[in-house]
Amino acid sequence: MTFKLFQKLGAALLLAFWSLAVHAEMAWNFPKPVTPLAEDTLHVHNKFMVIIMIIFLIVLGIMIYSIINHRKDKGYKAANFTGPSTRSQVLWTLVPFALLLYIDFILMGIPAYHSVVMMEDTKNNADMVLKVTGMQWRWQYEYMDGDAKGVKFVSNLKTPQEQIENKAEKGEHYLLEVDNPVVLPVGKKVRILLTSNDVIHTWWVPQFGTARDAIPGFLRETWARIEEPGTYKGQCKELCGKGHGFMPVVVNAVSEDEFKKWAETKKTELATASAGADKEWSKDDLMAHGKEVYEKNCAVCHQPDGKGVPPAFPPLADSKIVNAPNFDGEGKLMKDSHLDRVFNGIRVMPAWKGTLSDVDIAAVVTYERNSFGNNMADVVQPAQVKALR
Amino acid sequence: MTTATAAHGHDDHHDHHPTGIMRWLTTTNHKDIGTMYLTFALIMFMVGGAMILAVRAELFQPGLQLMQPEFFNQLIGVHALVMIFASLMPAATGFANWLIPLQIGAPDMALPRLNNWGFWLLPPAAILLTLPFTLALFGIGDGAIATGWTFYAPLSTQGGIGVDFAIFSVHLLGISSVMGSINIIVTIFNMRAPGMTLMKMPLFAWGWLITAFLLIATIPVLAGAVTMLLTDRHFGTHFFDAAGGGDPILFQHLFWFFGHPEVYILLLPVWGFIPHILSAFSRKPNYGYKAQVYSFWAIGALSVVVWAHHFFTVGMPVPALLYFMYSTMSISLPLAVLFFCWIATMWKGSMTFETPMLFATGWVILFGIGGLTGLVLADVAADAQYHHSYFVVAHFHYTLFAGGMMGMMAGAYFWLPKITGRMYNEKLGKLHFWLTAISFNLTFIPQFFLGLAGMPRRIPDYALQFSEFNMISSIAAFVLGLSQLIFFYNIISCARGNGEKAADKPWEGAEGLEWTLPSPPPYHSFTEQPVVR
Repeated sequence: MTFKLFQKLGAALLLAFWSLAVHAEMAWNFPKPVTPLAEDTLHVHNKFMVIIMIIFLIVLGIMIYSIINHRKDKGYKAANFTGPSTRSQVLWTLVPFALLLYIDFILMGIPAYHSVVMMEDTKNNADMVLKVTGMQWRWQYEYMDGDAKGVKFVSNLKTPQEQIENKAEKGEHYLLEVDNPVVLPVGKKVRILLTSNDVIHTWWVPQFGTARDAIPGFLRETWARIEEPGTYKGQCKELCGKGHGFMPVVVNAVSEDEFKKWAETKKTELATASAGADKEWSKDDLMAHGKEVYEKNCAVCHQPDGKGVPPAFPPLADSKIVNAPNFDGEGKLMKDSHLDRVFNGIRVMPAWKGTLSDVDIAAVVTYERNSFGNNMADVVQPAQVKALR
Repeated sequence: MTTATAAHGHDDHHDHHPTGIMRWLTTTNHKDIGTMYLTFALIMFMVGGAMILAVRAELFQPGLQLMQPEFFNQLIGVHALVMIFASLMPAATGFANWLIPLQIGAPDMALPRLNNWGFWLLPPAAILLTLPFTLALFGIGDGAIATGWTFYAPLSTQGGIGVDFAIFSVHLLGISSVMGSINIIVTIFNMRAPGMTLMKMPLFAWGWLITAFLLIATIPVLAGAVTMLLTDRHFGTHFFDAAGGGDPILFQHLFWFFGHPEVYILLLPVWGFIPHILSAFSRKPNYGYKAQVYSFWAIGALSVVVWAHHFFTVGMPVPALLYFMYSTMSISLPLAVLFFCWIATMWKGSMTFETPMLFATGWVILFGIGGLTGLVLADVAADAQYHHSYFVVAHFHYTLFAGGMMGMMAGAYFWLPKITGRMYNEKLGKLHFWLTAISFNLTFIPQFFLGLAGMPRRIPDYALQFSEFNMISSIAAFVLGLSQLIFFYNIISCARGNGEKAADKPWEGAEGLEWTLPSPPPYHSFTEQPVVR
């Protein structure tokens, strides 16, 4: 009686979930592939899923047949065999074994072999090289050759903190939007080199069928030939600390012409920025730019209010390091000074000289020295930072 | 020795031992120690379960509601360490302690004091693992280990004191496991009843024997790896730091050289006792006993040569990728033999479906899903997509929750009458099974789809397209968690002596020496050595 009731309850529950599943827009398989590798992966995946479902259903069918028929309450008398006894029975027990050998190493093994070879064919006929550097918790992209050679920038999560903390309505691209998406031309084989500045990250764009670890101190590589223009999104998928869920990958795939145009604009932008390093900046400009840089790069650890999360991430407010001079009497950078920390890093603190421009560093240091209750009243000029390089 | 004690009349006072807490602290009796292991496993099952329910509550909808990412990362890692090292493994050791001496006709375990020590290392280890949570409340340190259970360097090199606590905890747990393994191997090789050759030994003992060898082979590697991590953290070595000539990937190789056999360490004891249950309720002897034993050996051997399939995405030479792919696929062959034998044992039996049989049958089906998804995970190219996505999370919960925990539950219901001398409430047992099986599937099937759609694991917050599946998964996880209370109720009421008295052999079709003893068995079993013909 209770059993029947639970069967009904279970069925009702299943039905409720099923209707929910049908009405909501849910993805049931890999997202649409846009590279040859992703197409191959989807194809192999679909094939393997069908194979394992067939195996599962056949075995389940045999079990269910046995469960329904070989029951004591049906008066079924137990047999007594403990193994195959005749020659034909021995042969029959070998059939599933042989079938599995065939499935493992021929039916699945051969396509899987080709996929592996394809996935690792990163160098042949590569049209351009993109270097990706993972760091806590953002990606840096650098174009090593071609039209955009020398272009280098950092790509940060753009979703406002208010949305994450449920204080504002979540946007359409919640957690999958960045300030500087990486731009790649369609139809070109891009060899992607990966490394990391701190811990292991994984650069993953599901629609490219590629996922490869970025390992500190080593170079790893993968490749993508994007066949359709569009915006493709992915995430870091190796646990890399507290910001692991907040370092998305966004790739804009554009036509070759557009890519050339984009490269030119980006180059001019970078040239202007580096030219800015030579002029004298006003304190107000430095403060305004510094606030932007701080919120994008520093606030994740040191917090927007500069109070930090001790002991892992020390506060900047009232900090002894921040509230001390940067340069000694001869104008030389002092070791363990505020600027030294930002420029060269220490332990978990990254060396920002690798990722921020002179203007950014000068501005953010100036901002930190004159905010959160700190009142050093001095400024750091971009030229002073440039001189340190 | 026996004559000497007999002269003092010791045999007349078999049950003479300290009472109260001293009984449990000083006991060398395999049944007492087994009970302690099982109780500990049950308590830690609740602790680990509570942690993951907090995680599922956070993941109920997008956005950060209940906790900060730092705390989220601590919960997921400690959940895994607790469930694997402090719940599944002690549960298996607890059953081994209770059952192996009874099943092979031995009066006790071969090394009783080692046995006691092995258990009493566990509570300090569990405390070490979870203490940083409490310390953080008092402003000391920044909480427990936040690297996931895998300790991957260099994330673990930069972590807080939680990592050090976890390293020492793993050392204690490892020492405990190795001591338990030595004890089981020595017991099995030396204390079988006359006539019980190795190839007549119950499958549970066989499963555990292979587990014990795997533990002794791999735990020292884990201990070495975490010690290297400790010296990297505090003594200036650079094993896993490229800046000093080390390699972060070395850690992954060492960890998974332990980590993959660990999967079979958790599963082999279950593969051992499931056939006992299937055969008992099918009223039919086990099919292919020898084939099962040889498959145990084959899987044990293969398990130590496939480790790199846990990190295909780090980038390896093509021959290495192919080797690890094909060797991983070949595990499906001995595993298929086991499935064949399990189903052939049921085939043409005279089956009834009491709770242990429900769990055992459900186990075969659900573990089958875990095994088959494992087969596709071996494919390197597709693995790039499955790896570290929710697909993998779902896969290993099918192997470790269904394949591990639900197997343990089948065993618990099967031997509970023997251990406590009382019958559990059958209706509640069946209710427990159905709730567990249904809510388990509703928790983890959505996670397969989440993984395919591209949701990475170990993230505290997610993009909006993953919302519906996460919501279903969270609701079902709470049903799954709460239904385990029925299990606790059933066990506690048996342990307190409620319920019908159990017969010596409560299951009609059960075979084995343990059923020849009264329920519960006397404190010292087999006063006369049984002979197996």
